[in-house]
Amino acid sequence: MSSRMFDSGKALVEYCNEQHITLGEAMLRREVAMGEHSREEIERDMCANLEVMRSSVRKGLTERVESVSGLSGGEAMLLFRYSKYNPFTGDNTCRAAASAMAVVEVNAAMGCIVAAPTAGASGILPGVLLECGVERSWTDAQLVEGLFAAGAVGMLFAKNATISGADGGCQAETGVASAMAAAAIVELAGGSPDQCLDAAAMTIKNVLGLVCDPVAGLVECPCIKRNALGAANAMLCADMTLCGITSLIPFDEVVSAMYAVGKDMRKEYRETAKGGLAMTPTGKKVAQRMKRINSK
Amino acid sequence: MVGSRAIESRESCQILTEAALSGIFGVPRGNLKGATDWEPTWSQPSTDGCAAFLFEVTMEQYSVFDIIGPRMTGPSSSHTAGAVRLSHTVRHIVGKPISKVQFTLYGSFAETGRGHGTDKALIAGILGLYPDDARIKDAYQMAADADLLVDFEYSDEPVEHPNTVRILATDIDGEDTEAVGQSIGGGKILITEINGLDVELTGDYPTIIIRHQDVPGVIAEVSHVLAQLNINIAFMRVFRHDRGEDAYMCIETDTPVTKDMQTIILSLCKSIQQLFAI
Repeated sequence: MSSRMFDSGKALVEYCNEQHITLGEAMLRREVAMGEHSREEIERDMCANLEVMRSSVRKGLTERVESVSGLSGGEAMLLFRYSKYNPFTGDNTCRAAASAMAVVEVNAAMGCIVAAPTAGASGILPGVLLECGVERSWTDAQLVEGLFAAGAVGMLFAKNATISGADGGCQAETGVASAMAAAAIVELAGGSPDQCLDAAAMTIKNVLGLVCDPVAGLVECPCIKRNALGAANAMLCADMTLCGITSLIPFDEVVSAMYAVGKDMRKEYRETAKGGLAMTPTGKKVAQRMKRINSK
Repeated sequence: MVGSRAIESRESCQILTEAALSGIFGVPRGNLKGATDWEPTWSQPSTDGCAAFLFEVTMEQYSVFDIIGPRMTGPSSSHTAGAVRLSHTVRHIVGKPISKVQFTLYGSFAETGRGHGTDKALIAGILGLYPDDARIKDAYQMAADADLLVDFEYSDEPVEHPNTVRILATDIDGEDTEAVGQSIGGGKILITEINGLDVELTGDYPTIIIRHQDVPGVIAEVSHVLAQLNINIAFMRVFRHDRGEDAYMCIETDTPVTKDMQTIILSLCKSIQQLFAI
């Protein structure tokens, strides 16, 4: 097994094709090769992640959650209920978006979630994967494989670019989360490793340059709704890939472009809450209010 | 006898290399999800041959669970999960039941801490909760139930890292322990000061902290005993106030140092004044 297989998307796809395995299997093999845990232990640990993801979606869609700041909660439930009434995005996409929002609302309300890759982008992967899983009757074992495939894509971004909003803006958080989710569902739908990375490339291209501008520095606005967008973006790009559309710019070049754009972003747009929506009159007002609560 | 000495010195050399390696980065491994305003010194792969190699070595440490994970109580890995870990670590450093604790929050912790539940997270850690515990939001009530007195101060004094907290914990015997820590992103932490002494402690590995007299041979003595107990040292750092005065060793190991082992270390190494395990 090559230790360099996560050096680039190209190297990873070559390894998968050579071995006739999926991205998820490659990720799992690398984890086993790290030597600290057995294959069964690693799979069990990922299954535990899946369970927490599932319960966070359920909680956000069925319970009345309210964030500590009072800024968010309850909107995921609204969208989920509305999904029955012929939504423009289609009921499936609408439910996935609602599920994604649910997780981040639970997160803001100090509930338990799985960072994927971060807490602020934690809704997209469970929202997409679990909704599509219900729709297509995927087993838990398949969903866990999907999580490893998503992990493989996230790893490529972490190694060759960044998955931190403070380093690369929102494109590096919700963007990467969408890329991970897109790859996972393409793989589970029977797409090739190459197609998984193509779908991932397209999701990032769609949100290239997206800034991280949390109002009052809190993981709520605009994070929660951007998770909804991330879910839809992932599903759209998965569909485009599976119908045969390809990305003109290859995955690795998209990763590099994303990193370069992130590095060029002014500090104001990288999680500092000093730019974008955070600096709008309303954003500033909310921040002032939070500061007053804090100093009490 | 000569042979065994040679082995001992080779071990020390190995330890020094490991300590030096970690010292180059100055930050713990595994900080993928960086925190606000702060950039790890190695966030960009260097083109320099040596540094690039070191970067590769640290990257190899990352696991799929750094990407999908951790399982945590929200809302923020740095402001909530990291805060729990910081005070949880301090709980271990104190080593005895704590009756009173005062937190001073700086930077972004002070500005947005309440909205992120940083206060609750810090209390939860002192109470021994982990970052994925659903009870973190009830921490104030839990503290009241456990007769733990808590006090918060929000400071606007400038600090090196935006997510910094100073924790002053008083144990049931009235003894104070003061520690300063930073939440450096993705739930990763760095304890930078214990009782006025600069340290660097990540809590990523089982760790023992040893307060000892700064005399020749202590390091070799401790590492020798650990070797005999079949404990592999992953990272080791030594800190001191001044030559010949109190000094600290932070030893991060691959496997935990059990209570029995701690007793053995204490009985065999006479220059040790105190030992904490995390």
